[in-house]
Amino acid sequence: MAYLIKGAHVVDPQVGLDDVRDVLVDGKQIVEVAEAIEAGEGVEVIDGAGKYLVPGLVDMHVHFRDPGFEYKETIYTGSRAAAHGGFTDVATMPNTDPVTDNGAEIRYQIDTARKAGLVHIRPMGALTREEKGESLAEIGDMVMEGASAFSDDGHGVQSAGMMKTCMAYVSQFDRVVCAHCEVESLTKNGVVNSGRAATRLGMFGWPPFGEELEIYRDIELCRSTGCALHICHISTAKGLELVKAAKAEGLPVTCEVTPHHLFLCEDDITDAYDTNLKMNPPLRKASDAKALRDGIVDGSIDCVVTDHAPHAKHEKDCEWEIAFFGTIGLETSLPLMLTNMVSAGRMSWSRLVEVMAINPRRLLRVTPVKIEAGSQADLTLIDPTHEFVVTEDYFQSKSKNSAFLGAHLTGCATDVLKAGKRTLADGVVVA
Amino acid sequence: MEQATLKAQIMDAAAMERAMTRIAHEIIERNEGAQGVVLVGVLRRGVPIAERLAAKITEIEGVRPPIGKLDISFYRDDYARQIMPVLHATDIMFPIDGADVVLVDDVLYTGRTVRAALDALMDLGRPKTVQLAVMVDRGHRELPIRADYVGKNVPSSHTEDVRVSVTPLDERDAVEIWESKQEGSAQ
Amino acid sequence: MLSVRHLIDTNSLTADDITQILDTAKSFDPIVNRKGIKKVPALRGRTIVNLFLEPSTRTLKSFELAEKRLSADSISMGGATSSVVKGESLADTIQTIDAMQVDMFVVRARLAGTPQKITENTDAIVINGGDGKHQHPTQAMLDLYTIREHFGHLDGLKVAIVGDLAHSRVCGSLAPALKTMGADVTLVAPPTFQVGDPSWYGCEQTNHLDDVIEDMDVVYMLRVQLERMEGAAIPSRREYNRLYGLSLEREARMKPNAIICHPGPMNRGMEIDAEVADCPRSRILNQVNAGVLTRMAEMYLLLGGEE
Repeated sequence: MAYLIKGAHVVDPQVGLDDVRDVLVDGKQIVEVAEAIEAGEGVEVIDGAGKYLVPGLVDMHVHFRDPGFEYKETIYTGSRAAAHGGFTDVATMPNTDPVTDNGAEIRYQIDTARKAGLVHIRPMGALTREEKGESLAEIGDMVMEGASAFSDDGHGVQSAGMMKTCMAYVSQFDRVVCAHCEVESLTKNGVVNSGRAATRLGMFGWPPFGEELEIYRDIELCRSTGCALHICHISTAKGLELVKAAKAEGLPVTCEVTPHHLFLCEDDITDAYDTNLKMNPPLRKASDAKALRDGIVDGSIDCVVTDHAPHAKHEKDCEWEIAFFGTIGLETSLPLMLTNMVSAGRMSWSRLVEVMAINPRRLLRVTPVKIEAGSQADLTLIDPTHEFVVTEDYFQSKSKNSAFLGAHLTGCATDVLKAGKRTLADGVVVA
Repeated sequence: MEQATLKAQIMDAAAMERAMTRIAHEIIERNEGAQGVVLVGVLRRGVPIAERLAAKITEIEGVRPPIGKLDISFYRDDYARQIMPVLHATDIMFPIDGADVVLVDDVLYTGRTVRAALDALMDLGRPKTVQLAVMVDRGHRELPIRADYVGKNVPSSHTEDVRVSVTPLDERDAVEIWESKQEGSAQ
Repeated sequence: MLSVRHLIDTNSLTADDITQILDTAKSFDPIVNRKGIKKVPALRGRTIVNLFLEPSTRTLKSFELAEKRLSADSISMGGATSSVVKGESLADTIQTIDAMQVDMFVVRARLAGTPQKITENTDAIVINGGDGKHQHPTQAMLDLYTIREHFGHLDGLKVAIVGDLAHSRVCGSLAPALKTMGADVTLVAPPTFQVGDPSWYGCEQTNHLDDVIEDMDVVYMLRVQLERMEGAAIPSRREYNRLYGLSLEREARMKPNAIICHPGPMNRGMEIDAEVADCPRSRILNQVNAGVLTRMAEMYLLLGGEE
């Protein structure tokens, strides 16, 4: 199948493009990028006028719950949500059941995703067996089956000695260690940011330094082992300062941030105890969110990820203290970035492409996608003017636990090509 | 108060004074003296009327009957429609067991206030008898209740409001009929 | 009429609301303490469910008595007897009970925010009988009643709340309510018991009871959850008593007219010495009586506003 995307504003800083172009896709590849291309016979034309065409978006931190928790999400429903949100690639976290800690589990995800055919799944493997933080998982086996990176996401590796072993071991492969930073002796029972929110709502606090101490520790382990370190879902200004300092030293340290930590804060948690705002790490202070927004613009934060965390209704429709942590995010991430950052004039299109496509591919060790002839045709077409309200019906995800239900957003993906196959057509998932 | 217009004055101060004198005599006659008689005014306007009756009974008999105040807020059956923060409380500093209680109120209308007052009274003890004295009986009873002593019978319609003013609670003594827009307004 | 439909926390109450509750409670006093029938038919025909998801004998009995004094029909369900412990969700439990035509829920819960969640699953009125570490508004009202009975007013009083503030729903409700009524609140606790963000309450904070005890009109001692705390936040019962306990020696330094309160149950010999608990300054038994009166007032004012 061949597609000609006509008249879209193409943004790809990798090739210095930020202008209107026609892009011709044939089979799995981009075959031509030019100012004007005539549609040949059998070529389907996609009208790109008024829209933006960018390398396919990548979310390097999602939970698809498959295998083990298919009642929350499956690789198929998660893939639908990803395509709907404009993504061509996602990295799935290993806290499945059984935990993705061996090559067979990696293979299962890749094969299942291929059958679903909607998105490239780049599974992450666990650092330790069953994510227990006690002994090394079969990291090499997983690399050979296609693991994109390694993480015990959901917990920090509590023992510094174990984390050192993990990072030292991973350093022999060209893979990044993604660290969920949390000192559990400080965050035990914590369900909201400590300080104002905890006092106001009468709940145990999850203090910022519960995260920052482990960021500091892992940066030192990065220095010691030479293993590339990526800090997951950074949530505090102080944590970001630690990452900035490490980068200034030239250490291979990167970090990511979620839209909910960028655009929400603890003050948004009202007496209604809306459990969709219960996250790990928790929503922090407004000043933290501000520092993170600055960081995503100035380059100190490398990627936007969603930490897409589907949970069934009964796991959220309950008392805050026993509700599950997390919000879904794949289908609101791009609209939130467009509404609050790009269209608001705080961020350029090329910076958006860096944090949502170029950098995560690089960190996942995925071949770069560039908008030039010969590159794989993983592409996202975006309408920055489409206005909509986030409702439960909007979501393709099996779960509806979004922190942004009710939000009025402007801009979303309308079309997605994944290796030349159209997975989203005019806002509708092609399955 | 919603808009209402004065229709007529039914009793002036002198007429009320005469009515109270008559009622005082009737109470003494009915009870063969004032011994064992207690007066209980229903808050708010029943109280000053009870006090005036007590003064007259004292003049005639030389015995001052005890006076109590009865708050019926918690006994009303219409409280859902007009709850009020309670500012007055029942104040009956004598035992009512075995007493001849004269319940005093300003206006007798549907009978629901008296029903509530009887319930409130019975929760305090077991009187020998309960009699009812009112300044005005305006008819329209919804319960089988009648007054033993009536200052004046005033036939009225539901759209009218019969207002009793009594010193010292009010500036003067008077009974007036007001035309009210509101169907079946309280009192 | 109160400005709120449910009684969930004291932060939502205006000074006028609180005054109404205390005044109404006061008018119930002669009824509850009279020789005749100690009840009124004010809530006759109303159905109240006491849903106690966490055991609490005192608060439950106080509510039950208040309900009987108002002639309401009430049933009490405990965590052990309800199916909440059998894995049924809160929403399911509430909807099931709600189908029985309930007018009011009184809720005691281990988890913060439970009463608020219940309001989302029923049309009935909800009173928070204590939720987790969050709030205990009916306790605050009885405390205010007790204090006002002694001083005749609340504004300008200096009140020290002493003890495990970090885990205290009593403090969570009492401090804001006292502030609303114009009292000055000082939070006294060891650092490991202090609230996370005292600026939320806008209160003075100190670790030293001895520095403030002479200035206080009310010394409010909180119960320390012994079983939970020893070794974790304080070293021992003995050390806590020595540093923060209300001893006879400390009691003697209080202002002549100052009073002592405690929400009960007391750990005699820990936060309060036995002789002090029974001394003339102690208002602990007055608080119990005030509990029934103020709970009657809250139920009467909230249910009375309903058609």
